[in-house]
Amino acid sequence: MVLDTLTKALASGSVRVVDLTHTLDPDFPVIVLPAEFGQCARFRMDEVSAYDHRGPAWKWHNISMSEHTGTHFDAPIHWVTGRDVPNGATDAIDPVAFVGPVCVIDCSAGAAADEDFTLEPTHIEEWEARHGPIPAGAWVLMRTDWSHRQGAEYLNLRKDGAHSPGPSPAAVRALLDRGIIGFGSECVGTDAGQAAHFDPPYPAHAMLHGAGKYGLQCLRNLDALPPTGAVLICPPLKIRGGTGSPLRVLALVEASA
Amino acid sequence: MTEPLAPPPKKNPQRRTRLPTLPPAMRSRAGLGLALAAGQGRFALQCCAECGAVQYPPRDACHQCLATDLQWRDQPTGGQLLAETRIHASPDPYFRERLPWRAGTVQLDAGPVVLAHVHGDVAREARVRMALRLDRAGQGVLMALPERETPHMEDDPMLREMGTHPRHRRVLITDARAPEAEPLARALLDAGAAHVFLGLAEGWRPFPACERIEAIEGVTLHPLDVTDAESLADLAGSIGGKVDILINNARHIRPGGVIGAALHDTRDALEVGALGLMRLAHAFGPAMRARGADGVNSACAWVNVLPAQALAHDPGFAGAVAAGAAMRALSLSLRAELRAGGIRVLHAHAGPIDDEWHQPLPPPKLAPAALARAIVQGLEQGLEEIHAGDVARDLAQRFAENPALLAREMEGGA
Repeated sequence: MVLDTLTKALASGSVRVVDLTHTLDPDFPVIVLPAEFGQCARFRMDEVSAYDHRGPAWKWHNISMSEHTGTHFDAPIHWVTGRDVPNGATDAIDPVAFVGPVCVIDCSAGAAADEDFTLEPTHIEEWEARHGPIPAGAWVLMRTDWSHRQGAEYLNLRKDGAHSPGPSPAAVRALLDRGIIGFGSECVGTDAGQAAHFDPPYPAHAMLHGAGKYGLQCLRNLDALPPTGAVLICPPLKIRGGTGSPLRVLALVEASA
Repeated sequence: MTEPLAPPPKKNPQRRTRLPTLPPAMRSRAGLGLALAAGQGRFALQCCAECGAVQYPPRDACHQCLATDLQWRDQPTGGQLLAETRIHASPDPYFRERLPWRAGTVQLDAGPVVLAHVHGDVAREARVRMALRLDRAGQGVLMALPERETPHMEDDPMLREMGTHPRHRRVLITDARAPEAEPLARALLDAGAAHVFLGLAEGWRPFPACERIEAIEGVTLHPLDVTDAESLADLAGSIGGKVDILINNARHIRPGGVIGAALHDTRDALEVGALGLMRLAHAFGPAMRARGADGVNSACAWVNVLPAQALAHDPGFAGAVAAGAAMRALSLSLRAELRAGGIRVLHAHAGPIDDEWHQPLPPPKLAPAALARAIVQGLEQGLEEIHAGDVARDLAQRFAENPALLAREMEGGA
């Protein structure tokens, strides 16, 4: 009966589907590592045929990319701390993790004022004071409106690295204490641009994945989600031993919400 | 006196673009030797190993002693113009469109009397300086030039027709981030290029030289990534009919051998170097080939920048050099395909450049500005093969002498 109600609500528009995904575009930025390291492949698309001599009635492309290109999912084995997490690859994760309640913490004002803005435990506590406790098993998304940025402004790379918002180590610890299932960001990674200098470095990656949690990045349209009450749908591709995957991220939102 | 070449007027959009025609291209195997020397900017003729007689035209047996060991050797370039004429009628479609055409007989200091194309500034019965030049069909032909430089002599209609001079031409450089891009753009403008389009990949990454380059009058930056067919189609759709010279300097250099190096680095090197060249050819090749006779600023040249070690290999840069070798092979085929349009493909073999990827290597290393100068000089002289820097020149010489031996020598690195 629950699903019947849901499908009727979808048909009537009282539950909306919000797309939180960027288009896979060859020119969409990918994370940039120091040049001597292996780099994240950009999305590429080669035409195989287009209703022509290469295939008269059909058009198709061969595509290539990294597991971490565009709007993508991070599995626990992506990070060294999560390498031994049971069922930590994209093909082995229990799919129940891919559908769940979502809490959206609005940090857009902070990120607009400070490109190195960090989410702190106090922000989480303030959010809970207004919207109630973050439930165990919830996805938590950090809204920064960073997805509105384009071109060089998105990675915001300078000589001393990237400058973009993310959670502090203490905030990640606070989220883990609440039993979240995953954390998502509008930036190119779950961690802040300067997170290499945090203690521990890259706390979102190191602590979340070490605890068997998941990550989502390069999200958009978070400003269309309510702080609570929406349902997130984020199944990655079932890649054997995959450390992550580009994916379509959707949210179900009640019209009244 | 040569009239200085005036900038071309805007194209009349109602007129059909003239199709490229070519001068006669059939040559014997021996005759192709002239093209090799011309492509390298050398004045070489066959010389008999037995009796020393210098031969012309190229042949398989000595005209004096019938010995068959004829070796290509550089010859003195001096000569005496014996007789000259201006041809006003020809049944050949190529020459018909370019009449009158000056030709003459020259007594070479090297020995033979030859029939040669004669530069407009050469006076009757004058001493001349002989050069081997590539003609529009890519064949080596003899050209009698004034003994000393004359004003605007490169604007002589015959030299212009045979050459690939950047003056009044529009040039696309594919990788603005490469260290030679900025000096190359400046050198091209100094040589008279009408405009330089510079391709910039990943505009979302910082590009420190951006403001400096954008400030150069006559240079514009355009999104272009040779690994992204869509970006190529977009740019070709915009400027494909205005690219008279294409300089493909995109390359992905990373150190490492075969066992130790990362596969993705070699894949990237092949994507940029080899497949990037193919994508560029798909996007820009057809229009360039069709515009080989499009007036003063006809399409004329395609330059590929290759690692000098691509003639052999380099264990220190195995993947990058393998991609260079693949690029060279593709480029040789491209040369054959563009020949029909009279478009010359120039290989710029670059020694290790003085950049971050060659930082721990000892000198000599190639300064980016020196590579830029070499490319522009190669275009001005209408060459097909240039070797920029001491390392590249040394490798080319050793390759010419004994390719197998060079491969063994290279086991220790360039």
